[in-house]
Amino acid sequence: MSKKNKTSKQLSMTQSKRLGTILRWLLAVVLVVFSVFPVLWIVSASLDPVNNLATQKLIPTNAGFENFRELVNNPIFPFFTWLWNSIKVSTITTLLTLSLTTMAAYAFSRFRFKGRQGLLKTILLVQSFPNLLAIVALFSISKQIGDVFEALGLNTHAGLILVYLGGAMGMNIWLMKGYMDTIPRDIDESAHVDGASDWQVFSRLILPLLRPILTVIGILSFIGTYGEFIIARTLLTKRELQTVMVGLQIYTSGQYTQNWGVFAAGALIAALPIMIIYLLLQDLIVGGLTQGAVKG
Amino acid sequence: MNKQVNSLETIAKKSVLSVSSIITYLIIILVDGLLGYVTIRLASMGYIPLTIVFSIIIILITISFLIPKLHHLRWMAVGLSAWLLFSIFPILFTIYNAFTNYGDGHLITKDQAVEQITRQTFLPETGKAYEWIAYKSSENDYLLWVKDSDGKTFIARPIDSTADEKIFDVVTGENGIGEIDENGAPISIEGYTLLNKILAATDQNLTNIKFGDPENTIQVRSPSEAAELVPKYDYNPDDGVFTDLETGKQYFDIEGTWTARDGTELIPGYNTVIGFDNFVEFATSPGLRGPLVTIVTWNFIFATMSLFLTFALGLLIAVIYGDPNFKGKKILRSLLIIPYTIPSLITILIWRGMLNPDLGVVNRVIESIFGISPDWFNVASLARIAILIVNTWLGYPYWMLVTSGALQSIPSDIYEAAEVDGATGLQRFWRITLPLLLVSVGPLMIASFIFNFNNFNLIYAFINGGPPIPTATTTAGYTDIIISYVYNLAFASGRGVQYGYASAISVVLFILIAVMSLIQFRFTNMWEEVGENV
Repeated sequence: MSKKNKTSKQLSMTQSKRLGTILRWLLAVVLVVFSVFPVLWIVSASLDPVNNLATQKLIPTNAGFENFRELVNNPIFPFFTWLWNSIKVSTITTLLTLSLTTMAAYAFSRFRFKGRQGLLKTILLVQSFPNLLAIVALFSISKQIGDVFEALGLNTHAGLILVYLGGAMGMNIWLMKGYMDTIPRDIDESAHVDGASDWQVFSRLILPLLRPILTVIGILSFIGTYGEFIIARTLLTKRELQTVMVGLQIYTSGQYTQNWGVFAAGALIAALPIMIIYLLLQDLIVGGLTQGAVKG
Repeated sequence: MNKQVNSLETIAKKSVLSVSSIITYLIIILVDGLLGYVTIRLASMGYIPLTIVFSIIIILITISFLIPKLHHLRWMAVGLSAWLLFSIFPILFTIYNAFTNYGDGHLITKDQAVEQITRQTFLPETGKAYEWIAYKSSENDYLLWVKDSDGKTFIARPIDSTADEKIFDVVTGENGIGEIDENGAPISIEGYTLLNKILAATDQNLTNIKFGDPENTIQVRSPSEAAELVPKYDYNPDDGVFTDLETGKQYFDIEGTWTARDGTELIPGYNTVIGFDNFVEFATSPGLRGPLVTIVTWNFIFATMSLFLTFALGLLIAVIYGDPNFKGKKILRSLLIIPYTIPSLITILIWRGMLNPDLGVVNRVIESIFGISPDWFNVASLARIAILIVNTWLGYPYWMLVTSGALQSIPSDIYEAAEVDGATGLQRFWRITLPLLLVSVGPLMIASFIFNFNNFNLIYAFINGGPPIPTATTTAGYTDIIISYVYNLAFASGRGVQYGYASAISVVLFILIAVMSLIQFRFTNMWEEVGENV
């Protein structure tokens, strides 16, 4: 191999490297356009006073907040009531899910009892049954409970939360138990020796150590509940009780092409809290996802 | 309750009762009392299955607190109760329904069905006839004056009228009745106008209205005659056969539907167990099997393609931009993760607007460049492609995140060794990166496959399973997957809801999902970890 040959090879390598970088950037631009365009499009639609799908342009003329104003004032589309309903139901469901699963996971992690494995496996397997398939049953259970105890029946947020809690046990328990298993049992054993009860060990020692996994499960549970619409739609039939996802879905099944801008404004506001949570807590959520949690 | 008090006493005798345990027992008594009340109410309303579930929940809560050996159950009593009520019970209910004919026309019990059918009446061609005159109010309320052959007269309101008195005598001054003519008919009734022969004969509603009460129902038969309606069916409780009194046809009780020899059926039927009929039906009925084959095939293609496309794109990005020397990595990742941060329903609805064949921005751009306008909503293959595009958009960030994490965990000395051996970049990727990656993310791929296999939100919210399959006897579309098809069977209006049949498919689907999940758990070593003595 002559010296000259070697330098030309080096040269071509830097050249191809440069070419590679350019190609990479080109591809990156294409990908970014693909991923960001729908979002830009919806932002533009929400600011476009024309409010029509057919005539919308990427950069709207006379951009303004008319669609948002319309969202506030429309009586048959009580958007902010729906948004509040969603936030309320999701928050309560999340808090209850966290307390139920943390306590159950503690039992699975720390106690040895007959049927422990069987129960855990059953819980995992049962969760793979989509509760959508049992929606007729969920509806009639809710109705029958409501006949006896109105506050937990159809057309109540408490009833909806109760149904959501039925699905709380599952992957969450698995994630939580897995995390608890990594906390050495010596900690609680020495506390037990000092005379602490199970409850004291759980609440004073274990619980504070669970903050990361509580955050992950909490966020995923919140996002999942927030995005759910089919059970909410089945159990809540009164307009003012509906959640924001049900509202948006119903909105688009009507003459939405004429009211595209208002829909866009609503979609944007509804998506914003979740987007912020995601972008701020990316790493934490990714950690949870790679352990098997599924986004709702 | 007595039992609890007893055990409370024994506990009190045995040990010093601490304040906290008193509170605990008070709470149990309170909770049990409350649940007990609900259970009794449920039982009194005849909701037997739910009564059983609630009884189990009461027992579960009580024993977990009273039997020290079961103390671990205390930690999950509430969670397990919700789980029993809203996860286990619905599944059992669905399995039970799969073996019944529950659905439109079969929603009620046998007694209710018999009662409804015996209430049906018909207008006999002969029989007791009346002379009649009709009166009509400005709100389209009718009154019917009738006179039988014996000269007895009375006035009847429509059978569905809200007034208490459906039939009343013709007395001047009562019920707004004015003067009475020589035939015995009121000349005027307050609030009503008399319909003369021509008006009455041309009134479209009149012949459809049933007047009087259930025991004595009268309907207008011809301009000169009204007649009393008689029961149409006679029920024989011994052999369960209905006989049509008008035609003499007999209807036999076949699996909850009264069916005549010529195949005609009475409506309604009743809800009953019909064995494996629902399962047999989709194997044999062409109208049902046809769409089901299309749907199941598409379901597998959809899940496979979704997984493949999202994984491939995600991995591509992870490989190209995983290079630590690449500048702008962080901002690129934040931009590319955006699709994943929006609740999926919202993005699906946005795409639905953008892909609108007539008005959407995608078609406006395509049309201006290529001069064509693909109909994403009405052409089966295009609709499927559109769904895959949308799902790729929704799903690739997940795989980008997962694979970039997994790539970093592949030890770099393997690559160095390969480079020494003279492997090219592509060779390294196919021989080292991909196999190692597949091992580590394999279980997540199965999970993702299962997720997409049941990705109801996308299919339903995008174009509701459309475009419709023309040969199907049920609501079915070319982009429907099993779960959305089941949902339509159970809820779609128009062609009737069929819970029984929908439940049967649900059961089959559940078995499919369970098998896939078990494979996933095997891969993840979940089962083993569950058993691990950590």
